[in-house]
Amino acid sequence: MEQAELRQWEYKCIQEESPRCTAACPLHVDARECCSLLAARRVDKAWAVLAKTMPLPGVLARICDAPCKAACLRKDKGGSIEMGALERFLADAAQSPKPPRPLPRNGKSVAVIGGTMTGLCAAWEIARKGFAVTVYCTRPDVGVVLPDGVLDGELAVMDRMGVTIERDAALTPELVEAQLEGRDAVFIDSDGVPETMLTFGEPDEITLGTNRLGLFVGRTGETSPVFMAAAGRRAANSILRFSQGVSMVKSRELEGPYETRLYTRLDKVDPVEPVPADGGYDEAGAVREAARCLKCECMECVKGCVYLKHYKQYPKVYIRQVYNNEAIVRGTRQANKLINSCMLCGLCGTVCPEDFAMDDVCLEARRRMIDKGTMPPSAHEFALRDMAFADGVKCALARHAPGATESEYVFFPGCQLTATDPGGAERAYADLRARLGKVGLILRCCGAPARWSGREALFEESLAELKAAWEGLGSPRIIAACPSCIKTLREAMPDAEIVSHWSILNALGLPETALRAGGTLAVNDPCAAREDGALRADVRGLLDALGVSMVEPEYNGELTQCCGYGGLLNEVDPELGQAAARARAEAVAEDYVTYCAMCREMIARTGKRTMHLYDLLYPGDGEPGARPTPGHSERRENRVRLRERLLRELWSEADGVSAEDFEKIRMTCTEAGAAAMEARRILTSDVQKVLLQAERSGRHLVHGETGRFLASFRPAVVTYWVEYESRDDGYLVHNAWCHRMKIKGGQP
Amino acid sequence: MSVITVPGTGAGGWRCAACDEDMVMKPVELTYLNSQFTVELPVCPQCGYVLIPEHLALGKMYQVEQLLEDK
Repeated sequence: MEQAELRQWEYKCIQEESPRCTAACPLHVDARECCSLLAARRVDKAWAVLAKTMPLPGVLARICDAPCKAACLRKDKGGSIEMGALERFLADAAQSPKPPRPLPRNGKSVAVIGGTMTGLCAAWEIARKGFAVTVYCTRPDVGVVLPDGVLDGELAVMDRMGVTIERDAALTPELVEAQLEGRDAVFIDSDGVPETMLTFGEPDEITLGTNRLGLFVGRTGETSPVFMAAAGRRAANSILRFSQGVSMVKSRELEGPYETRLYTRLDKVDPVEPVPADGGYDEAGAVREAARCLKCECMECVKGCVYLKHYKQYPKVYIRQVYNNEAIVRGTRQANKLINSCMLCGLCGTVCPEDFAMDDVCLEARRRMIDKGTMPPSAHEFALRDMAFADGVKCALARHAPGATESEYVFFPGCQLTATDPGGAERAYADLRARLGKVGLILRCCGAPARWSGREALFEESLAELKAAWEGLGSPRIIAACPSCIKTLREAMPDAEIVSHWSILNALGLPETALRAGGTLAVNDPCAAREDGALRADVRGLLDALGVSMVEPEYNGELTQCCGYGGLLNEVDPELGQAAARARAEAVAEDYVTYCAMCREMIARTGKRTMHLYDLLYPGDGEPGARPTPGHSERRENRVRLRERLLRELWSEADGVSAEDFEKIRMTCTEAGAAAMEARRILTSDVQKVLLQAERSGRHLVHGETGRFLASFRPAVVTYWVEYESRDDGYLVHNAWCHRMKIKGGQP
Repeated sequence: MSVITVPGTGAGGWRCAACDEDMVMKPVELTYLNSQFTVELPVCPQCGYVLIPEHLALGKMYQVEQLLEDK
């Protein structure tokens, strides 16, 4: 990723933008942080937040006119935070932090003429920057009566900061001339000097500079104390720039109040009235008032995404981690898992006011990792092996309808539906043939796993085979049932007409097999249907025809959440994948109906009753929501058996695939053995290969107490270990584990 | 190269069935992604059959594999 691209992405994420209170305050006081600390009863810390930013804080906090209130987002939810009253409470109640330490003296001196709030604040800010400052005034006068000692206290602080105050000074044009002669710069506080001294015209709005070199003048008539303080700060900034000989105007847009881009959603905020501030707050009142602060932030994408939440930050931080990850030449790439865990579902970009799409960032990063050879080998391997299997000779198939020599349509159920509900896929195909006639069949994968893993070359390879199969059938219209297949194929095969099975069924009417059981079900939109309103409407049309009352989860439709399978999250971080599925499961009380095979599997595996729409349209023998969720090996087996059965029953063909030697190994598993295999993604075929190897080589271990055997084999890049016993009818597998590290030497 | 010993790694009651020998702890070379380690592991003294116990495969070895994949 280029740095310019990083900057563009960083700019899009607005989470770090200032809250409206800070942006509206000409001094940019962090009222949000102040309220947050005060709400936690950390009175001194809350005051330190104010004192850090405000000049003469003891004075200003007592007279601040709080322009933040007009900008406060609480305004329409009960009323703005009473920030002015909170400032006064803190000024009275808190222990003052140590006064600010000015920068080291720079050897330059500045005269400030006039001693109102503007002049005093200018002197404070100029002194903080390392200048020696002398204030010439009749007397320091902030325009209001303050409690005894407050102003004197701040003047004493200024004294320690290197500010000399010349009281009863003769405020004349001659004084100005003399100071311009002897000092590095002069600031005139216009409201603190006689009008006769104001002979320099209107100062520049941005710099407060005049046509006299080194002379800066505050604008007259400012009555807001905080804006007077801000004018003092502006003058100080100008004088620093002037003394350094740098640009007087560059990058000063954010010096005064500005518009912030921070977005904060309010629809779930309950209105709360302000705590009455008559006569000032006591601590309890101030704490309650501070607690009303909304602590404005965006986090829209993070709120809806288990993955974004898991990494504890937000996209602006993540994009930097992705960038740094790529820049590493030697050392550990810390963000590989972050990049590979995104579900690529697109919810973040949909809810983001600035369209920050974490899916685009992560998919591009994956592609670059593949290009550079830095993708962790284990990350997506299992899913890609599964894809290769679905596209292999044992599962893949392309035929015209039985007895037909051409196809008007071809049914493409997708590799997940055939893996999880082969009976449903078979019945659906029968229905389509019965009602549409010349409907061919293609069994294989759409290539989504290759695409999600960032392997475009592999995706293109798989697509080329699919296209060849489709063209071999005469390029008929493709009826696809899986939303991911529909999305993938529409993008990758623009010359093919892809229609969803659901829209076909809407046009044809319900199949004879349909269960019109009614009832109430929550509809789970798969993430692949996010941008396909027609698809979502077709599904609802069918559910309506089935007499189902539908309930919509909070996140659904365009804003639906991924089940945890998308982007291959469940392969990369199964725990997080399951957390995503649980979040989805817990979103509604009702049973779910969905129309993506993987959504159904992921959610059903959490224990939530979830059915695929096929369970209602093409039901098997069992209860629709109770269909079991097959494990990894069974899913493969289902595809193989479906192909065999269809070839035999519809086309009177043998499957033409001879069984490999390892497939003849007869084995069963104990419950613990099966669970270990499933959790560790070890397939029956992997175990069979180990057993065959042990049988042929005679090399294995035996346990002194249990008498069980242990053998290993490395068919490709993973070594599998199997603990088993030998029985008359084959092997009984008790346990299995695997590793990728290779034993050097002869062990196969 | 120094030999790594992983605490708790032993034959755990397994012995070589083919050679009828008890396993002995010996340095074994393991490789992954251009890295090589010498680890003390249970080995059949006769035929050299190496045992990678479950806790090692799923514990320390897995962690090192993941680390190397991120290098």
